[in-house]
Amino acid sequence: MSILAVLEQRAGAWNRVSFETLAAAQQLGEELGREVSAAVAGAGLENLASELGGHRLGRGYAVDHPLLENYTADGYTLALGQLIERIKPFLVLFPHTYQARDFAPKLATRSGRVLLSDAIGHRVENGGLVMVRQFFQGKINADLRFAGEPPYFASLQAGAYRADRLAPGSCPVETFRPELEAAQIRTRPLEVFREAETTVDLGSAERIVSVGRGIREADNLPMVQKLAEALGAELAASRPICDNGWLPMERQVGSSGQTVSPKLYLAVGISGAIQHLVGMKGSKTIVAINKDPEAPIFEVADYGIVGDLFQVVPALVEELEKRK
Amino acid sequence: MTIIVCIKQVPARESHLRPAGGWVEEADLSYEINEPDAFALEEGLRLKEQHGGETVVLSAGPARVVQTIREALAKGADRAIHLEHENPRAFSPLETARFMADAIAGEKPDLVLTGLQSDDLGYGHTGVILAELLGLPHATIVMQVEVRDGALRVKRELEGGWFQHVEMPLPALLTIQSGIGALRYATLMGIKKARTKEIRRVPLEAGPGDAGFQVERVSLPARSKATRLFDGSPQEAAAQLVEKLKFEARVL
Ligand SMILES: Cc1cc2nc3c(=O)[nH]c(=O)nc-3n(C[C@H](O)[C@H](O)[C@H](O)COP(=O)(O)OP(=O)(O)OC[C@H]3O[C@@H](n4cnc5c(N)ncnc54)[C@H](O)[C@@H]3O)c2cc1C
Repeated sequence: MSILAVLEQRAGAWNRVSFETLAAAQQLGEELGREVSAAVAGAGLENLASELGGHRLGRGYAVDHPLLENYTADGYTLALGQLIERIKPFLVLFPHTYQARDFAPKLATRSGRVLLSDAIGHRVENGGLVMVRQFFQGKINADLRFAGEPPYFASLQAGAYRADRLAPGSCPVETFRPELEAAQIRTRPLEVFREAETTVDLGSAERIVSVGRGIREADNLPMVQKLAEALGAELAASRPICDNGWLPMERQVGSSGQTVSPKLYLAVGISGAIQHLVGMKGSKTIVAINKDPEAPIFEVADYGIVGDLFQVVPALVEELEKRK
Repeated sequence: MTIIVCIKQVPARESHLRPAGGWVEEADLSYEINEPDAFALEEGLRLKEQHGGETVVLSAGPARVVQTIREALAKGADRAIHLEHENPRAFSPLETARFMADAIAGEKPDLVLTGLQSDDLGYGHTGVILAELLGLPHATIVMQVEVRDGALRVKRELEGGWFQHVEMPLPALLTIQSGIGALRYATLMGIKKARTKEIRRVPLEAGPGDAGFQVERVSLPARSKATRLFDGSPQEAAAQLVEKLKFEARVL
């Protein structure tokens, strides 16, 4: 019984996070002494199939069917379900992407299993597999063990495994043609689009002051705006601030907003949920101001002040102005 | 339209979390509606206002969740179903979803809405499992819903600021993303009316426990990064921080 990594592509291009999943599968395969295979679904996969053949794997599967040209949960669940039925894997791994969120729980349910989603690591203890994930938006860690019979299903948080550990090699790639009918696919995906052009380019900002829900209300924003001005920084925000319409969505940092890597990222009243962290953890120097010493943002911060932002932010502005 | 909205009660956002007894110390917690579920409820109420029909809320959990149910009724939900068990952790996510699916199927809904994930467990799978159990088409992480001629057109959020429209027939299930619309407040009138609205209580029997996984141990995350923290008064801390940013990090 092998470990099967399910990789993700769109329009013939890999979603890079797939390579983290592949590297994780290789690592698990080694530690558990199991063969590793990988699958990718789509239509006309010749190029991706040959790239898949360049990895150290037992076997690759190109799950190829014209009805898989555009991603649908129905199509992917049927097709990958048939592959799983045939190869009976021990463990099926996915990257925890929006796409996996959309179909992996369905696929697991169809096998009578539960997807262990968003894992951040694993350990092998006495030959048994322990998965690590977080609860309460990163505030609690937990060890989990699969129960019952395989196949087991897990998705891996982006950044939890390193794609640069991927071992090159070669493997045979089989084209797997699932049985699908158009009537089985009930949703019709239309084109992918972006909202109106953005007018701020946070990506090229040298300094960013980012504000979160700790600010409590829109009326308090000018205080943070002042800090941004004193630092010569762009103003950005966590998602709830943009959801509330207090700042435009183009200023949102995170998995559903912009990814930034300024010299200085100063987070004010932001807890540091993973969806926020992925958008800013590449910043050179990270500063957090938060009243909760256990806030996950401190996990990535170089400098921090544990305190009330309503006192700390004005004090910072004053200090910066004094030094001008 | 009959619209079912699944809402979950979770520990309040600023709860102090302490590992205890294989989970977290529950005596420390206060509770509130899961944030994405509040947006799912909002969308369910908006669609009812637009298309007529009924919005029914469904919540699984111990007696305390009645508070969250009442708040949903006060905002305008018509009635509620409470799947009651004193220890929700006795059920695997799949078992809970099975009980929910049974209750939902009995209502013959046109549309089922859930939040895209819970802020406590964060598995993000209950909606998708329900869709599979109920045999419904679904879409996840939805930011806009239009009902047209008995069919749905939704706007799904994708990563990095991208979106996609998806069409599907009704009945269907959608998982809703926070921010889909401005949340309403309950009115005094709504709160009064809620007292007389029906809450159907369905006691749950813990099942055999099915294949999933078990939480073996919980802990506070170990900090791997040494963050330099500045103490003292806000002025002192601010002065030290600016000093470091200027001369150590050299980012000013
Ligand atoms: C699919 C998906 C995509 C998402 N995409 C994004 C995204 O792109 N970007 C994003 O940011 N989020 C995103 N989120 C949401 C994310 O999960 C969090 O909910 C969000 O980042 C929380 O924002 P926050 O830190 O501002 O608020 P909270 O988590 O509520 O944190 C507020 C913080 O402020 C602190 N605080 C409160 N008062 C004070 C005070 N007086 N002084 C100092 N500190 C104070 C608190 O201690 C707390 O840490 C996404 C979620 C999902 C499910």
